[in-house]
Amino acid sequence: MITARNIVKSFGTTHVLRGLDLSIEKGSIYGLAGRSGAGKSTILRCINGLEEYDNGSLIVDGTDVKTLSRTGMMAFRKNIGMIFQQFSLLERLSVYDNVALPLRCWKYSSGVIDSKVRELLEIVGISEKIRQKPRELSGGQKQRVAIARALTMDPHILLCDEATSALDPKTSQAVMGLLKEINSRMGITIVFVTHQMSVIRGLCRQLAILERGKVAASGLVDDVFRRQPRALKNLMGEEFKDSGRAAERSTVLLLSDTVPDSFISGMAADLEIDVTIHPGGREGAGLTISFPKEADKEVAHYLAARMIDWKHIYDDTSSSEASCSQKYRAQMRAVIAERM
Amino acid sequence: MLLASVFGFVLAYFLVLYGPQGLRPNNSKYKILDFVVNSIRSFPVIILIVAISPITRIIVGTSIGEKAAIFPLTLAATPFMARIIENSLKGVDRQLIEAARSFGASDFQIIMRVMVKESVPMIIAGTTLSTITFLSATTMAGAVGAGGIGAVALNYGYQSFNNTVLYTSVFLLFVMVLIIQWAGDWLYKKIV
Repeated sequence: MITARNIVKSFGTTHVLRGLDLSIEKGSIYGLAGRSGAGKSTILRCINGLEEYDNGSLIVDGTDVKTLSRTGMMAFRKNIGMIFQQFSLLERLSVYDNVALPLRCWKYSSGVIDSKVRELLEIVGISEKIRQKPRELSGGQKQRVAIARALTMDPHILLCDEATSALDPKTSQAVMGLLKEINSRMGITIVFVTHQMSVIRGLCRQLAILERGKVAASGLVDDVFRRQPRALKNLMGEEFKDSGRAAERSTVLLLSDTVPDSFISGMAADLEIDVTIHPGGREGAGLTISFPKEADKEVAHYLAARMIDWKHIYDDTSSSEASCSQKYRAQMRAVIAERM
Repeated sequence: MLLASVFGFVLAYFLVLYGPQGLRPNNSKYKILDFVVNSIRSFPVIILIVAISPITRIIVGTSIGEKAAIFPLTLAATPFMARIIENSLKGVDRQLIEAARSFGASDFQIIMRVMVKESVPMIIAGTTLSTITFLSATTMAGAVGAGGIGAVALNYGYQSFNNTVLYTSVFLLFVMVLIIQWAGDWLYKKIV
């Protein structure tokens, strides 16, 4: 259980957290979303003491983070694993040695280290790469190694700082699958910082949207999406901004393994957009939607987030695929009309 | 050079620990270390050898000869090595340090198990450079009675108008530089 009350944190004259309140239940997968500078990474780093907050109270599993001594903090961090956007692996060490590093720091015996490292590499599905160096691995494989390393001390909490942002959609989905499995298998609380709404929808059960150092909206993911559109729209603004930096193509991840290809191509024809279905078909389907006009990028990104809703429409509708499809397309048209 | 590397590493350890971007920033301790390093480095080697000869005499028992040269040369090379090692350690990605902190590593473990491991190639390249630099300094020490190739080149070559001895000594130094550089490059490639 993580409880933050009125957390304040400033870097010089920049106020990053301005009285942030947060409550994360044990065993949950909790998403922290927000624009750049909203304070999501800062609060994450406060949870394991990498950052000291100025005011407020932060209780993690019954421990007040601020009261910990230097050695107390080191022991406290054993219970909290962390993974980063850029993996943070030691390039000169093998996969085995990278995962073994925390255990060596805590002076475990070589027998324990060996069995633990092999077990974790098996869990994250990368045991065949045990002797390779990080530079020989793909982004997804590196993140798996980082996840294994974060799990070595049997943490109760796993903090993920933009852990899928450097990955392509398909790999990102695979890493999300792994995190879900870890959460259900080990009961670890996962706190996931991201600006990717597809990740929030695909991974998290609860969500807090941060705006200027405060929680603008929070609750179950579906509830936030339905009931708090303003906070969501503000957050989407960041994606709009990001799209300006991207080329004319926007990649969209459909987080459903039940999406029929016929539906996607039908929708593409209906909306007069160019949709490419990634190899892999329905399982872990990814789409690339191309919008040729500069002005349409905003629409592309708005659709990207809305498309994920399709799964819920599809699941909630007991009627045929055709009627579901009709309902979805009507929504899409409404979205386009609204944005245009 | 071995002694200078050991002492230089110890100095670098504390410079990295207490530095402004360090693991445990402490401005006053860092400034003292920084001042010591800069002070010794500001002395030209040959002047340092002469300037500290009374201290050398107390420690070694003499201020003339090869043994007497080791102390001032080590003293001169130590801050140089300290800066090279400090800069190599500071070049390690901050995120690696954060990651090590996140699983509860101590400052000592972060430096030894993360920063040193990641910066070994840079330290080797720097050590090669400083070994060659201090080979020249050792030769210069010959001018103030330290013996060695420098003394041979000066006393039996230059001052005795014997060009054969002079240029043979220079050639030997050239070969030594080549060997040190080759060994350093070989080790660097092997590790990277």
